[in-house]
Amino acid sequence: MAQRGIREFDAKRLLARFLPEYLDDFDYGGEIALIGPETDLERTVSDNPWILEKRLVVKPDQLFGKRGVHGLVLLNASWDEVREYLSKNMNREVTIGGVRGVLDHFLVEPYVPHENELYVAISSDRDGDTIYFSTQGGVCVEENWDKVIQMHVDILDGINVADIKSKLPASPDAERVARFIEALFRFYVDLGFVYLEINPFTIVEGKIIPLDMVAKLDDAEEFWCRKKWGDLVFPEPFGRSLTPEELFIKEIDAKTGASLKLTILNPKGRVWTMVAGGGASVIYTDTICDLGFAGELANYGEYSGDPSTEDTYHYTKTILDLMTREKDPRGKVLLIGGAIANFTDVASTFKGVVMALREYRDRLRENNVRIFVRRGGPNYEEGLRMMRELGIELGIPIEVYGPETHMTRIVPLALRGE
Amino acid sequence: MNSRPDYILFDRNTKAFVYGYQVNAIQRMLDFDYVCQRETPSIAAIINPSRSGIHKAFWGTKEILLPMYRTIAEAAEKHSDADVMVNFASQRSAFDTTLEALRESTIRTVAIIAEGVPERHARIIGATARRAGKVIIGPATVGGLTAGAFRIGNTAGTIENIIACKLYRPGCVGFVSKSGGMLNEAFNIISRNSNGVYEGIAIGGDRYPGSSMLDHILRYEANPDIAMIACLGELGGEDEYRIVDALNEGRITKPLVAWVTGTCAPFLPASVQFGHAGAKADTAKETAQEKNRALKEAGAYVPESFDGYGDEIRKVYETLLAEGKVREVVEPQVPSIPVDYSKALSTGMIRRPTTFICTISDDRGEEVLYAGIPLSDVLERNMGIGGVIGLLWFKKVLPDYAARFIELVLQIVADHGPSVSAAHNAIVASCAGKDLISSLASGLLTIGPRFGGAIDDAAREFKRAYDSGLTPEQFVNEMKRKGVNIPGIGHRIKSVKNPDKRVQLLIEYAKRHFARTDLLNYALQVEAITTAKKGNLILNVDGCIGILFLDLMASCPVFTQQDIDDVLKHGYLNGLFALGRTIGIIGHILDQKRLGARLYRHPSEDIAFMLPEH
Repeated sequence: MAQRGIREFDAKRLLARFLPEYLDDFDYGGEIALIGPETDLERTVSDNPWILEKRLVVKPDQLFGKRGVHGLVLLNASWDEVREYLSKNMNREVTIGGVRGVLDHFLVEPYVPHENELYVAISSDRDGDTIYFSTQGGVCVEENWDKVIQMHVDILDGINVADIKSKLPASPDAERVARFIEALFRFYVDLGFVYLEINPFTIVEGKIIPLDMVAKLDDAEEFWCRKKWGDLVFPEPFGRSLTPEELFIKEIDAKTGASLKLTILNPKGRVWTMVAGGGASVIYTDTICDLGFAGELANYGEYSGDPSTEDTYHYTKTILDLMTREKDPRGKVLLIGGAIANFTDVASTFKGVVMALREYRDRLRENNVRIFVRRGGPNYEEGLRMMRELGIELGIPIEVYGPETHMTRIVPLALRGE
Repeated sequence: MNSRPDYILFDRNTKAFVYGYQVNAIQRMLDFDYVCQRETPSIAAIINPSRSGIHKAFWGTKEILLPMYRTIAEAAEKHSDADVMVNFASQRSAFDTTLEALRESTIRTVAIIAEGVPERHARIIGATARRAGKVIIGPATVGGLTAGAFRIGNTAGTIENIIACKLYRPGCVGFVSKSGGMLNEAFNIISRNSNGVYEGIAIGGDRYPGSSMLDHILRYEANPDIAMIACLGELGGEDEYRIVDALNEGRITKPLVAWVTGTCAPFLPASVQFGHAGAKADTAKETAQEKNRALKEAGAYVPESFDGYGDEIRKVYETLLAEGKVREVVEPQVPSIPVDYSKALSTGMIRRPTTFICTISDDRGEEVLYAGIPLSDVLERNMGIGGVIGLLWFKKVLPDYAARFIELVLQIVADHGPSVSAAHNAIVASCAGKDLISSLASGLLTIGPRFGGAIDDAAREFKRAYDSGLTPEQFVNEMKRKGVNIPGIGHRIKSVKNPDKRVQLLIEYAKRHFARTDLLNYALQVEAITTAKKGNLILNVDGCIGILFLDLMASCPVFTQQDIDDVLKHGYLNGLFALGRTIGIIGHILDQKRLGARLYRHPSEDIAFMLPEH
C-alpha cells in the first residue's frame, strides 16, 4: 500500500469522466487514446474517429517526465506520421535519467495550438494539501517558481471559489480558473489522489484543456474508489518490469492478509535474504551494504503479518529456485533473518520454510548454499529447533541464532565468516 | 476522569477499550497486566459491532468477565474511566471508528493497528486528534507498551519475551520507532544495555502517522522518570528533522540515541519500495545518511550503523549511572502466567487421559477418514452405501458382493406402505404439524420386538439352534415346548401360496454370490416343517435378512468369529432395518407435507370405550 503513479492516459480519462461532476461547464471531452504493444490500431481509429479528423500529438506514457527534452514528443502530426512514429519507437530501448527501459505505451491526443500555458498542481502533506498555480506554466515553471501561487488547504477545512479567486492575478479568466481549481481540488480529494499536476493547461476560446498531466493515487483508497477508477492498472516505474517470480509473490501478497514482498536486484548475486518485517528487512539490507556487499545483494524482500505456512512455503520456494539457477564457485548465502516477532508464529512460518528447503536439498547442496537464521517471537524455540535439525538432516550448513544474538549479527558471520 | 499529566499516556491504572473481538490480543493484554501485578485489568470493555454481552478471559489462573458492547458510545458512557481505545478495526472501518472514539470526551488516546489506511483518512484522523488535544498511535502499528503498566494489544509478543525483556517493571529509557516489528527488537536491545524500557511506542510505517516520533520524544523529555531517550527512524519523510530542530532549539535536553535505517537505499534502484509505505526518500534530505548526519550534528548519539545501536545505548546509560542520574532497578517478584492448555498440549508438556475413544472416523485432517480411508478414496473406489456401512459399522473394506448385499437389504426394507407401524406413526406425527425430524423419530421409535426388530432375534435363534446341532424338527419342537414363536417365521399376509417376493430376491442373490448358505438351508428346512402346519408360517423378510447376513459373514473371509459375535451381541442387524426404513418414513412424511395433510384424529366409533364402573 503506497502512493502509485498512474499513466497520463488514466489521469486524463478520470479528469474527463469525473471533473464535470464538480464543474458542470467543463467540456474537455477526453479525446485520448492509449497505445500499447498489442493495440490494434485499426480498432483505435474506429473507436476514436477524431484521430483521422485532427492534427495529433503522440508521446510515451510510462511515468517519466521531460519527454520533450528527450525528443520523444511528436507534435502537430497526421495519423500517418503518428503511425510512423509508433513503428519507430514501439519496443525501442531508451535511457531516461540513467534508467534503461523499453518504450511500450504511448498517448495519442489532438494537437491543440495555443498561446498561454498555465500551471496547476496539488500535493499533499501531513496537515493538508497545497494548491500551486501559475500563469507561466510549461517547461519554464521551475525557472519562474517565485511566480507560483501557493494555497495551503488544511486537511480539516475546504477551500471555496472566492478564496481561490482572491489569490489569483486579476484577469478575465480568473473566475473560470478559480472555479476550475476548486473543482479540481474536490476531484483530487474524492478520487484518492496524492499528487496531481497539469502542466501546462491552456484556455482556448474559453475552454480549459489539459495538455500534460502527472498524477499519483493512494492505492489504499481502492476499496472506496474502485468503481470510479474503473479499469486502472498501476504500471511499474519506467525501466522496471516485474519478473515472473516477483509477479507471483505480488499475487500471493494480494490474496492474503499478511505481507509478502520481493524485488530482485541482481539475480546473479550471491547474497539472498528472506527477512521478516518491514523494518528489520531494511536494517539487514543496510548491514549488507555497510559491509560492502551491495553488489552481491540479490534481492530485497520481506514477509510479515503472520503469513500462513503455505505462504512462507511459496515465498521460500521462489527464492530458493532463483538462487540455485546459476552456480557460483564461491557458493551462496541465504539470510533468514528477523527481529523478535510480536505476534507472528515463528514455528508455523518456519514450517513452510522448512518444507521448501527440504524440497530444494539437492540444488542447495549443488550450489554450495550456506544458511544463517536469526529470529525470535512466539514459538521461536520450536522454529529454531526445526531449523537446526533440518541442517543436520539435509547435510546443509544452517547456523541458527535466537534473540540472545544481535539481530544483524548473522550478516558479518555469513559474509565474512566473522 | 483521572488527572494524569499530559506526558503520561499510560500508567498502572489506565483502562482501555479494545475495539474488535481480538481474543488473543485481549488475553495478551491481561497476561501482561497480571505479570505487572496491576490491581485491575487494563481492559474496561470490548467493543464488538456484531455482538454484545460478556467475554470470559483469564486473569492469572482465575477467570474474569469483560463486558462487551456494540458501540463506542455505549462503552464510553458505561466506563468513563477508560481513556484509551485499542482499535483493531480493519482498514475499511478504522477511519469511522477512530473519529467516533475521538468524539467521546473521555477517550484521549487511540491506537490504530490496521495497515492500508488511506493517507487522507490518516491525515484527517491525525489533524482531528491534534485539534482536540488527543493522541493517535498508528495506523499500521502493533502499538506500544509502558513497562509495568499498560500494553497495547500484541506489543512485545509472548509473555516469555516480556519477562526476558523485563517489561513488567519500568526502566529509564523512553523509546520510539516507526516500525512495530523493530519495537520488540528494541525492547530486547534496551533491556540488555540499560536498566530497561520505561515506554516504547511504534508510530507505524505509513507516510502520515497520527503522532510523530517527536511528539513522543517530547513526552519523554517532560517525564521525570525517563532519563534517556532512544529512537529508530527510517528513510523517507522529514519527521527526523523535527527532532533535529527540537535538539537545536534545546527542547530535548535528555540524551537521545538515534539511528535512521535505510542507509542501503543509495545502493539500490530508486524504484524499490521497502516494506513500509512511508519508506521512500523523495529528496536527498529524506535519505537515511542525511538524517543520521543531521541528528549527529544536532547532538544526538548516532552509532556508525545499526549494529552499534545497543552499544551507544549502553554508553549513554553507563554515563548516567556514573553520574548518579539513574539507578539499577531492584527486580520485583514476577508472578508466573500458567501455560495455556492448548499450547502445553501441543508442545507435549502435559498429558491427560481422554474421555472418549473413536475407532471409526476422523475429521481432524484435511479430509474426513472413514475407518482410515479418505472420503475421496471412498468415492473414487465407488464403494457405495454398502461399502460405507462396511467401513463405519464393521471397519472393513467389504468385497463388492457383500456391499451390494447390504444395499439390496436397504432397498428391500426401504418401505412397506403407509399402514405399518413406523410409517403410520410418522404420518400421524406429520399431520400433527411436527417437523421432519420429529416425525421421523416418532416413526423410528416403533421399531422393536414386534415390528421390524426381529432380524437380530431371528439370526440369534437360528444360529443357536444350528450351532448346537438341533435338527430342524428338534428346533421347532423346542420352541413349541417353550411356547415361543420362532423369530423370523410367519407373516400376517404372505404365505406359501402368496410368497413374499422380497424373500425370494434375497435368497436368489445369496445363492448366486455367497460361497455357502448353511444357515439359510437350515432355515428353509425349518420353514418346510412350519408351513406344513400353517401356510403363513413362512421364512419372513426379517428372518431371511438376519440369517443371510450370518451366512455372508461366515463365508466371507474379511469377517472373524469375533465380528459375528459382536453383530449378534450388539444388535447390528436391526440397524439395517432402521436405516433402510428411514428412507420410506421420510418419503411418507414429505408426502403428507406436500399434500397439506390436516391433523389426524382417530374416529371415536373405532374405539371401544370400556371404562371401569365405580
